[in-house]
Parts: sequence; structure tokens; C-alpha cells
Amino acid sequence: MHVVYPAVVSALLFSIGVYGVLARRNTILVLMSVELMLNAVNLNLVAFDVWLRDRLHGGQVLTLFVIVIAAAEVGLGLAIILALYRNRRTVDLDRLRALAEPAPGDGAASPAPGRETAARAEETP
Amino acid sequence: MNGGTIEAPTIEYALLAPMLIVFGAAIIGVLVEAFAPRHLRKAIHMPLTLVALLGAFLLTILQAVRDGVPTTPAAMGAVAVDGPALFIWGIILILAFVSTLLINDDEQFVAQAAAVPGSNDEEEAVRSGYAQTEVYPLLLFSVGGMLLFPAANDLLVMFVALEVLSLPLYLLCGLARRRRLLSQEASLKYFLLGAFSSAFFLYGTALIYGYAGSIDLRAISSSLGTVAGQDTLLYIGTALLGVGLLFKIGAAPFQAWKPDVYQGAPTAVTALMASTVLVAAFGAVLRVFWVALGNLDWDWRPVMWGVAILTMVVGAILAITQTEIKRMLAYSSIAHAGFLLTGVIATGAVEQNRDALSAILFYLAAYGFTTVGAFAVVTMVRDAGGEAGHLSRWAGLGKRAPVLAGIFAFFLLAFAGIPLTSGFFGKYAVFSAAVASDALPLVVVGVVSSAIAAFFYVRVIVLMFFSEPAADGPSVAVPTVGTSAVVALAAAATVVLGVFPEPVLSLADQAASALFVR
Repeated sequence: MHVVYPAVVSALLFSIGVYGVLARRNTILVLMSVELMLNAVNLNLVAFDVWLRDRLHGGQVLTLFVIVIAAAEVGLGLAIILALYRNRRTVDLDRLRALAEPAPGDGAASPAPGRETAARAEETP
Repeated sequence: MNGGTIEAPTIEYALLAPMLIVFGAAIIGVLVEAFAPRHLRKAIHMPLTLVALLGAFLLTILQAVRDGVPTTPAAMGAVAVDGPALFIWGIILILAFVSTLLINDDEQFVAQAAAVPGSNDEEEAVRSGYAQTEVYPLLLFSVGGMLLFPAANDLLVMFVALEVLSLPLYLLCGLARRRRLLSQEASLKYFLLGAFSSAFFLYGTALIYGYAGSIDLRAISSSLGTVAGQDTLLYIGTALLGVGLLFKIGAAPFQAWKPDVYQGAPTAVTALMASTVLVAAFGAVLRVFWVALGNLDWDWRPVMWGVAILTMVVGAILAITQTEIKRMLAYSSIAHAGFLLTGVIATGAVEQNRDALSAILFYLAAYGFTTVGAFAVVTMVRDAGGEAGHLSRWAGLGKRAPVLAGIFAFFLLAFAGIPLTSGFFGKYAVFSAAVASDALPLVVVGVVSSAIAAFFYVRVIVLMFFSEPAADGPSVAVPTVGTSAVVALAAAATVVLGVFPEPVLSLADQAASALFVR
């Protein structure tokens, strides 16, 4: 098999991942898209490892590291998403706009009232 | 059969000791979380963290003084503890030590991260006086990653360091006690964008591995001349690797996370992030672009020009529109990343590289201290609902708390690069290195955006000293010993580096004299 096949499949997988991150609004799906990108990397690394006949198998070793770190990343990401969901009851990225550039209208005088009250409401003494 | 002997790899434990101490203390910290009773944890964590960071710092100095700068990479070529790396370790360890004193403040962090605000769990956690003491081991892991990141001599180690650096920071961002929604949102945004960018870094690594047949920086460098016909892999790989690294330093157009994360994170964590991560990431950027891709500089330099110009302009101009003090400091940090990038571009002959490297090292030291100091001041200006973030609340602060406002004004002037502050010499060194390498247009853009940036720094100073204080204005919290020590130390460093920069400049020169080991 020519090395171009796995390389192209991997590039497609990576592109699907990028598209998913940019287009999806559900945080969990964005996380899954990032995983897709990492798996594209794994496929690429293993294919290149075989293609280069790397004696030390640097590519395959790197793949193992990527798998482990991706797992750690997912664990951490889900924890953050869960904490956020408990507070907000939503994981929709478009609705997480408390931290954004101030809109042109509401600028100088005070931050948007809705945002301020939302922030105050959940403060702990 | 040769008698069953194998050749064991050599690991220079003495060289790696600072890093090993920090990681060791982090692991002990995790064990403390598991086994120590709750009321004792903080009493154990705090000294452990401070001693580990201080010990690592002293070992770094001892290393440099006793053995000089090593000329070969350590750990079978995986980690390069060379002059720049030792200098960067020194800066990171001091800044982390200082930030730990800020983090010591219980008010900053949530009592129990898993509890929903306003719920019974939360009330119970607050009433029992718990604090999220996991902050300390997380901080140590992150600092360990920061030490490894600029010293990594192959892309695998660099990736692992990148993740070890970032993952604890994602969590730390979400642990603010007040404004929890903002904090968790910052954490999520930082996490998603960070994971996205590290996927780019990895894909770039994979493509460069396909090109060079190795992930060792030296091997990549030597393959640039020998491998033929795979240029597509190399160029795409370089671009993607660059995206991952530029994201970490917050260069435009990858700067979007910075203001959001800096604003939402607990201010003590922002102080840590804004100073140390930038230092570590610039170490890694330099190593990748100078060591591995140094012979490709004709190809990456034009792109880097564009990125540097965009970063300086975006940072300076968008900062003007900000009304939140932490967001404004975040944009100022973006602009500073742009100024530092002009140093990265200023490559040339060996002598020229030395000058540029030493300029960048000095700039990082100067900027790091000023940043920690500025964020420490931000933690002290408080409202009923926590820190008074909105700029309008800072009006007239100079009349209420002249000393504090004066120190903050001084930090802002240092950011602007006024003579007699550390920022001036940093900027001067970086820009003169850039001029020497024929990057005059870049320096012109740099100076113009410095001037734009100076406008909003001065605006804050005017606001603090020349407008009437609001009736219900913020109060200045009585600082804890730690916080006042941080502010004093940062102010002292800013003054000393501005008035008497010679020792640190010559130290940076020495660190840069041998450039990076290959």
C-alpha cells in the first residue's frame, strides 16, 4: 500500500475534526472532534513509522504517548464540562458568553446588567 | 549472545534535579491530599511548595555557577539543559514562587469545586472552612511542565511538557471562589482552545516526523539539507507546529483565548499564567524555530513578520477599547508577545543570534516581574462582590490609596516602556537586535504600537489620579504578608532592572553566549 493512502485518510480525519470543532455548538461534540484530530495524528504517525522503517519506532512510541495524554485530556475536559453543566444546565457553547468582548453599545458605563446579576447571583459569601 | 549485558541509558540526574524536585514535590502533594487530614493539608502544602520551588531555584543557580553551562543535551538527547534553559528556569522558578505567595490567599479559591454555588454542599463546604488545597500540587505539576517545555530537545518531550503545563492550568482557571460562572467558562474556553491547538501541534509533529524520520530537533535540523522531494510535508508541518506554539504565547490571530481566560481565572492564577507560561512558551518557540528550523529561516521569517506585526497592532489597539482591568492587561500581554516576536525574527550570524537571544531573555525577566506585580495589585482592589474589575471603579484610587495606586502606575509605565523602568531596557534590547538584523519596518511598527499602548496605560493612570473617587468606590483590602511581599518584590525588580540593569543584562549575555545546544 502506498503511504499516501493512510496520509490522505488521516488528513481527511483531521479536517473532519477541525470542521467539527468549528461547526459544532455542543461542548461534548467539540471534545469528540478534538479526539478525532488526535486520532488522525496517531494514524499518520504509525503510517510514517512503517514507511520510514524507523528502527527505534519513534512514531509508534509517540502514538502511545498521544493516546495516554488524550485520555487524560478527556477526563479533565469532561470534569470541567460537568462542573459547568451543574451551574448552567447547558453545554451549548453559544450560550457561554459571559466572557466576551463588550458589545459596542453597552461599553463604557457599566457591564451589561444581566451579566452582572448573573455573576452576583452565584457568588458565595 | 554477549553475556546478557545491555547498555543502560545515561541520565544526568544532577542536571535535571530542579525539574525532578518540582515533580517530586507535586507527587508528594498528591499523597498529602490523599492521606493528610483536611485541616492539616494547607499547613503541609504551603511550605512544601515554597521549599520545592526555592530549592529548585537554588539548584539551578548552583548548577550554573559550579559546572558552567553544559554543552551536550542531557538524558540521551531528550532534554537540553543549556544556558538559555537555565536562565529561563531561574525566571520561571522565581515567578512561580512569587505567584505561590499570591495563591496562598484563601479568598481566591472555591471551597469545593464540585459543589454547585448556592447549594447545601457549598454552604457546608464554606462553613467548615475547607479550601481547595489541590491548587498546590496542580501548580507544581504545571511549573514542572513549564521547566520541561523550554528545555525539551525533541518534539515528543515538548508535547508531553506542553500538556503537563496546560492541563493543571485548565483546572486552576475554574476554581475562583467569586464569579464562579465566569471562572468555569474561562476554564472551558481555555481547555477547548488549548486542546484544539495542541492537536495542531501534534499533527505538525507527525508531518515533520514523516519528513525528517525523527522527532529529535537536531536530527530535524540536519535533515533539512539532506531530504529531497518532501517539502510539502515540511512546510505544512512547520506551519501547524507554529500554530500550536503561537497559540501558547497568544500571538494574533491565535490570541482570542487570552482576554477571556485572564479575566475569568482567579487573579492569582492569572498572575502565574501571564508571567511564567509566556516565558516557558517563548523558550520553546525559540528552540523549535532556531534549533530545528533554523536553516529554514528564509521560509518562516516572512510569516513570522506578519504574525508579529498583527500581534503588536491587535494587542495595542484592542486594549484601548477595554473596560475591564484584567482584560486590558491581557491585551497588553498580547502586545508584549508581539514585541518579543520581533526578537525571535532577529536571526542572522552567530553574533546577531546571541544579541537577540540575550535581549529576549532579559525582556522575559523584566516583563514577568512587572506582570506578577500588576496582577497582585488587582487582587487588592476589592468591591462588595470581589475584585473591582471594571475600570470605572478604579477612578480616584490615587486619592484613596496613594501608595498602591502609585505602584500600579509604576507597573503600567514599565509596561509602556518608559525609561528608568525595566520595560524600557527590555524593549530597547529587543528592538535594537531587530534593527541589527535589518527588520527596521518591524521596529517602526513596534514603536508605533508601543506609543498606542502607552496611551491606554496613561489613561488608567489619569483615571486613578485625576478623577473624583466614586462614592461607593472599591476599598483596598489590607494585604496579607504574602501579597505585600509580592508587590514589593515586583516593584523592586522593576526599579532595579530599570535603573541598574547591568548585572541581569550580563547574566542574560552569558546565558545566551553559547546559544542553544544541539
